[in-house]
Formats: sequence, structure tokens, C-alpha cells
Amino acid sequence: MSEPIAEEIPRRAWLRLVPLVVALVIGAFLFVGLGLRPKEIPSALIGKAAPEFDLPALPGRPKGLKTADLKGEVSLVNVFASWCVSCRAEHPLFMKLQASGVVPVHGLNNKDKGEAAMSWLNRYGDPYDRVGADLKGRVSIDWGVYGVPETFLVSAEGRIVCKHIGPVMQRDLEILLKAIEALRQGGTAQC
Amino acid sequence: MIAELGHFALVLALSVALVQATIPLLGAWRGDPGWIGLARPAALVQCLLVSIAFGALMHAYVTSDFSVLNVATNSHSAKPLLYKISGVWGNHEGSLLLWLLILVLFGAAVALFGGNLPAPFRARVLSVQAMIAIGFLAFVLFTSNPFERLFPVPLDGRGLNPLLQDPGLAFHPPFLYLGYVGFSMAFSFAVAALIEGRVDAAWARWVRPWTLAAWCFLTMGIALGSWWAYYELGWGGWWFWDPVENASFMPWLAGTALLHSSIVVEKRDSLKNWTVLLAIVTFSLSLLGTFLVRSGVLTSVHAFATDPARGVFILGFLIVVIAGSLTLYAIRAPAMKGGGLFAPVSREGGLVLNNLLLSTACATVLLGTLYPLFLDAVTGEKITVGPPYFNATFGPLMLPALIAMAVGPMLRWKRADLGGAVQRLKFAIAATVAALFLTLVLAYDGPWLAIPGIALGVWMIAAALEEAAYRLRLFRVPVGESLRRLVRSPRSAWGTTFAHAGAGMVIIGIVASSSWQVEKLQVMRPGEEVAVGGYSFKFIGARPFKGPNYNAVRGAFQVSRNGVDITLMEPESREYQDPPMETTEAAIRTGWGGDLYAVIGDPTGDGVWSTRFYNKPMIHWIWMGALVMVFGGMVSLSDRRHRVGAPSRRKAGAKPLKVAQSMAGK
Repeated sequence: MSEPIAEEIPRRAWLRLVPLVVALVIGAFLFVGLGLRPKEIPSALIGKAAPEFDLPALPGRPKGLKTADLKGEVSLVNVFASWCVSCRAEHPLFMKLQASGVVPVHGLNNKDKGEAAMSWLNRYGDPYDRVGADLKGRVSIDWGVYGVPETFLVSAEGRIVCKHIGPVMQRDLEILLKAIEALRQGGTAQC
Repeated sequence: MIAELGHFALVLALSVALVQATIPLLGAWRGDPGWIGLARPAALVQCLLVSIAFGALMHAYVTSDFSVLNVATNSHSAKPLLYKISGVWGNHEGSLLLWLLILVLFGAAVALFGGNLPAPFRARVLSVQAMIAIGFLAFVLFTSNPFERLFPVPLDGRGLNPLLQDPGLAFHPPFLYLGYVGFSMAFSFAVAALIEGRVDAAWARWVRPWTLAAWCFLTMGIALGSWWAYYELGWGGWWFWDPVENASFMPWLAGTALLHSSIVVEKRDSLKNWTVLLAIVTFSLSLLGTFLVRSGVLTSVHAFATDPARGVFILGFLIVVIAGSLTLYAIRAPAMKGGGLFAPVSREGGLVLNNLLLSTACATVLLGTLYPLFLDAVTGEKITVGPPYFNATFGPLMLPALIAMAVGPMLRWKRADLGGAVQRLKFAIAATVAALFLTLVLAYDGPWLAIPGIALGVWMIAAALEEAAYRLRLFRVPVGESLRRLVRSPRSAWGTTFAHAGAGMVIIGIVASSSWQVEKLQVMRPGEEVAVGGYSFKFIGARPFKGPNYNAVRGAFQVSRNGVDITLMEPESREYQDPPMETTEAAIRTGWGGDLYAVIGDPTGDGVWSTRFYNKPMIHWIWMGALVMVFGGMVSLSDRRHRVGAPSRRKAGAKPLKVAQSMAGK
């Protein structure tokens, strides 16, 4: 039988400090983590051509949205729905953007009812150039959309350049505008 | 007006908490009975004030007062009453208020029933409790006020997330919080003991029932949550190693370790340092869980409304609480000298092994949960740590713990004979070997891991029962003598028997349901039939119907086995309007052999429906086992020692010895 043991009390002060140090290191990482955005998973579609699709317009609104519409000019594609609360948050920014005429914004109406989407646009304003009615959400799946709202920056060649998940806020818009400027100068977009 | 009253009550509660956190603490230091005496009334008043605030919010929800922003965002007038009530804690602000309410209720319980604690010690405990309350009150008042008004008043609310409109989830958060906050008591006792520089058997006797109660609630909360995920999410799974699930599992692991190490403090006056550290760590992990859910630092299916400002606040609070208590620990730990010596093979030794394995397992889960964050912070790479990591690390660590857990209760205090203990488990060994062969014969074509897995579960249950039989000297003494022993043996020992057997049931449920599950996914037309693991599902048809606040499609499937009709299963696919969302309501038929699980999805056009069926053998053993574990905890909680409360310190010094002798002597 081996020697009886008693509880060891760490005699050296630094040993007793180990739990504290571990906790502080984890705390530091958590603090850094607050500034990171884990939800921004890089999309596999970045740099690829926009998927093939052809969506009808919303009832009583001209201009549907199809792949060919995205070629010829840099544009934004905003996935929205009348039932989406965060869409209301980003909506005023898109209204301003439309008024400024900097870049055309197309809408991808995700899993909505046509009438509901129209009354939403009538009520809060319609910032979109073209709107495709993706009633079943099938096209959105091809675009890799997994939450509404999402916003894509599409180049003049119809390539997906950037993807923003969640509502676009002022800070995000500035990043997007810089990227648009870079694209138009023929450079590479940072976003 | 009532909402403003609630808000005002919270502000008052904060000022009372400030007093309670400082004056009694100073009083205990100066030895001023007047200042010490302030702790009790302060704790009671604080409890009253927070109850008023909680009642005010509850009132706003039940009367659907949409002028309160929180109600308008999370409730709806067409919601059933149960979900109006559970809506109170179905959102960030309200759930914090529930957290607080439980915290101050526990504080009031110490104030009311802690008469047998020395007054200065009780004052210190209540002061530490008040410090925690200050953090949460400030958090509620400055970043998450549930009483904010909304103008103009909307006609109706936005509704509670339909996934949360479910009885299982209505009670999941309160249980979870009762668990988390229950560990705050162990924490407060630990910090008070560090300040005082003394930990003894009476201390452990107070900490144990709180830890035990918290552990029961947390076990129940986790079980309810996983049960909800199983039948409401419609994926057929019940545990996903999601960060938020891990957040509740880590305090459970640490709390289980604490539960066991505090026995050693109580009975043998040893492991004091370690137990105090565990008490701090367990509550710290509870706070970390609160932080992870609310800050959005990790991606999770649960994510509450996340807000960076809130994240910074909780993190600050977290650091103050944890760093403060650990600094105190570093300074004061040497003051707590352990007493009893013990041999490596002994009851104490077994409990040390339990603690080592449980805390290592807890650390693995912590590492896996935070690893994506570490990597993102250091390299910017985004990854997800999934079940493969946890299965590969957590499993092997728990395996020896589970095997040893059957032997532990058979070991004597101080010095035990391992060979003798194993010999006394001969029936359990025989049952395990029988289970091995039986599984081998019945399921020779199944995954081979299932065979030792089932045997492990049988070993745990059989050993728990045999230990109980040994304690009663069943079949070795006349029946009357065994009965006398049944009445007189301590209830905490029975708690162990139930809890350990319950854990064995959970293992069997996990192993059987994951090894022998049959899954079928297909599209079906009415009239078609599909075979799933010996059962046949015939699709009769699907028709729409209207619920109180949703529209649904209900499918009907006639289930038969060998041509004999067994049951009709009716899964639903619901569409809620406020907020718009689709949920699946799986139809589950629980039989002795296991669960049949049916899900109906979207129609794919032309009367064709996507359907999904599972046959999950013995899956309900997981939740039944968890219930048995909770029952064991409650039996142990009803032990006379806990009911009477801690005896005076002098008596307490003598008693553990006697108990230890009476347990070791037989």
C-alpha cells in the first residue's frame, strides 16, 4: 500500500495564481471576440458568377429580376421580406441610397406573399430598381442566403463580389460604397 | 403606471443591494452586531422589491400592455395564456429579471432559514450575494430595461418566436436559472469562507444542499431543453454540442464535481481548497454561459437578441466577479488547511478521481466551445468545432469515470480494499457479462461499440443496485433486519443509488438510440407505404387546420407491425403569422421498445409530401434516466442532516467522525 496522502495546498504563490491567470486569458479572448463577427462566414460564392435565375415581378409592380439584369453595371442585390424586422432597420439607408442614385439596388423578396411585400413597399417606400419575387425561397438558396436580410455586391460582369449578412448599417454602407468605387476604377474591391 | 412602479422597485432594489453588499461586510470585519444585523432585513426587502418588479412585468404581459416595448416586441394578444406568462422570460430583458428574482429569493431563504449559521458568516454570505445582485441590477437598469415604454402604442404585439411557444420550453429557462443561480449560493459561501479564512464540516453541510438543489434543477433544465430540441426542432437529434448547450453543460459537470468533493469536506475535513475553488469555478461557468448566450461572441442556434454594448457590460462584470474571487483565493487558500489523511485507494481517493475526470472533461468542453473564438482572434480563420471533437475527447474521459463510479460507493473512507470492493460487486459483474453476450447475440450485425456501451450502462445500474443490497445486507441477514436497515440507512446513500442508476439508464438510452436508429427520408403520395425498422408507415393523407394562433397542415400515417395496426401518427407543419415562421411538430409514439418519430414537411406539388421517419430504440431512457437522477438528488436533499440544517459548529465537529465510522465499520 502506498503512503497516505493529504490534500496538497499549493505552497508557491504562483501555483495559486494559475486559476486567476487562466480566467484572465479567457477574458481577454472574450473581449477580442466581442469585436469579431463570427456570423460572417465567407460565402463560397464570392468571386463566382451570380447563379442562373429568372424571377417574376411582384404583383402590380413592373420589372422582375433575372441573371441577365445584373450584367452591364455594378449593382447591389438586397434580400428582404415584409416579415423581416431587421429589414426595417436597414430600409431608410436604402431609401437614401436610391435618392442619391449612386448605385442601383435590386430586391430579392424572400419567402413572402406578393401582396404583403407590395403593401410593405407602399408603406415604407420602395428603394428598389428591380424586384424578383422569390415566393418559395428557392433562388435564395442558390444564392446561399441563410438569413434575411442579406446584401450582395455584384460586379458589372455579373460576379458576386461581396456579401453582407444582417442589416446594412451606415458603417457597412461606407465599406460597400468604397468597394463599388474600386470596382468602377477597375481595381479589386475590399470588403 | 404599473410598469413605472416595477422600474422604480428595481432602482430601489439596487440601492438596497448597495447597502447590503457593504455594511454587513464591514460590520463582520469590525465585529459590530448592528451592522451585521442589517444583512437579514436588507435581503428580505431586496427580495420584496425585485418580486414587485417581476410582478409588474408579468402584469404587463398578461394584460397585453403593448405600451411596454418589451411586451410589444415579444408578445401578442392572440397567444395562449401559458405563453403570455412564459413570454416574460422568453426574451433577454425578462429572462434577466427572472435570474434576479431567483437570486434574491435564494438570498431571502438564507436570511430566513440561516438562523443556525454564525451571524457574521451569514452577513458575509448575504453581502456577497448582494454584490452579484448589484451587477445584474445595474445590467438590467442600464442596458436592458424591461419597462421601457413605446409610443405610439401599437395595436398588437410582434409575438413570441413560435419555436418557443411550447410547454417544454416554457419551463426550460426557469429550471436552468434555478440551477445557475443555485450555484451562486455555493459561490457566496466559498467567498465568505475565504474572507473568514475558515472552511469546516458545518460549512460543507450548508453548501451541499444548495449545490444539490442547484444540480437537480440544472439536470432538469438540461433534460427539458434536450427533450424540446428532440420533438420540436424536428431533426430527430437531442444534443448538438451547440455552444449554448455546452454553456449549460459545463456548470453541470463542475457542479457534479463540487457535489462530490463537498462530501469529502463534510465527512473527512479534507479537499477544502479544491472544493472552494470548484465552487468559484462552477458559478463562474454559469456566468460565462449567460455571457455566451447574450453577447453573440459565438455562433449558435439559440442566439438571443445580441448587442455589443451588453456584451461589454457582462464581460466586465464577469471579470470583476471571477478575477476578484480568484484573487481572494490566491491570497487566502493557505489559510484552509486540510485535515484527514487518506490512502489513494479509499472513498476519498475515489472522489478525487471523480473530480479529476469530471473537471478535465469540463475543461475539454470549454476548450471546444471557445476554440473557434481563439482561432478567429489569433489567425482570423473561421471554423466550427462539432460533435466529432467532443465525441473524441469527452467520451474517453467520461468512460473511466463511469466505470469507476460503480465501485466508488463500495470503498471505505480513509483506506479501502479495491479487490474486496470488486468482489462484493460479483452480481453486477455477472450481469455485465450477461449483457455483453446478450447484446452480442441480439445485435451482432450492429455497430460493435454498442456492445460494450450497453454493458457499461448495465454495469452502472447493477452495481448501484448491488451496493444498495449490500448496505441492507439483503439475503445475508433475516428480512426484518434488512427492513430495519432500509428505514435507518441515510437517505443520501439512497440518493447515490438512484442518481448512479439513473446515469446508467442515460448511457443505455444514448448507446441504443444512436446505434440502432433507423431513418427514412422520402416523398410520399397518399396511399403509399414505407417500412422503417420493422414498422410500416402508410400515408393516409394530409389536411389543413387552424390552431389558436397558427395555420397548420396535419398528416395522418397509419403505423402497423406485421400487418397489425398499432397507432395513427399525426405530425404537423405549422405556420405562425406573428411573427411569420414555420415550425414542425413531430409526431412521437413512445413505446417500451423506443420511439417512432414522424415528420411531415412541405408539399412538393401534385399532392406529394416530403416525409421523414425514425425508429429510435430506447431513446426515452435518456430522459427517464435524467428524471431518476433528479429523483436521487431530491432523495438525498431530504436527508435528515439537510432538513435539520447545519448543526452548531461544535457538534458538527464530532458528528462527521461518527458517520464516517458507522459507514466504514460495516
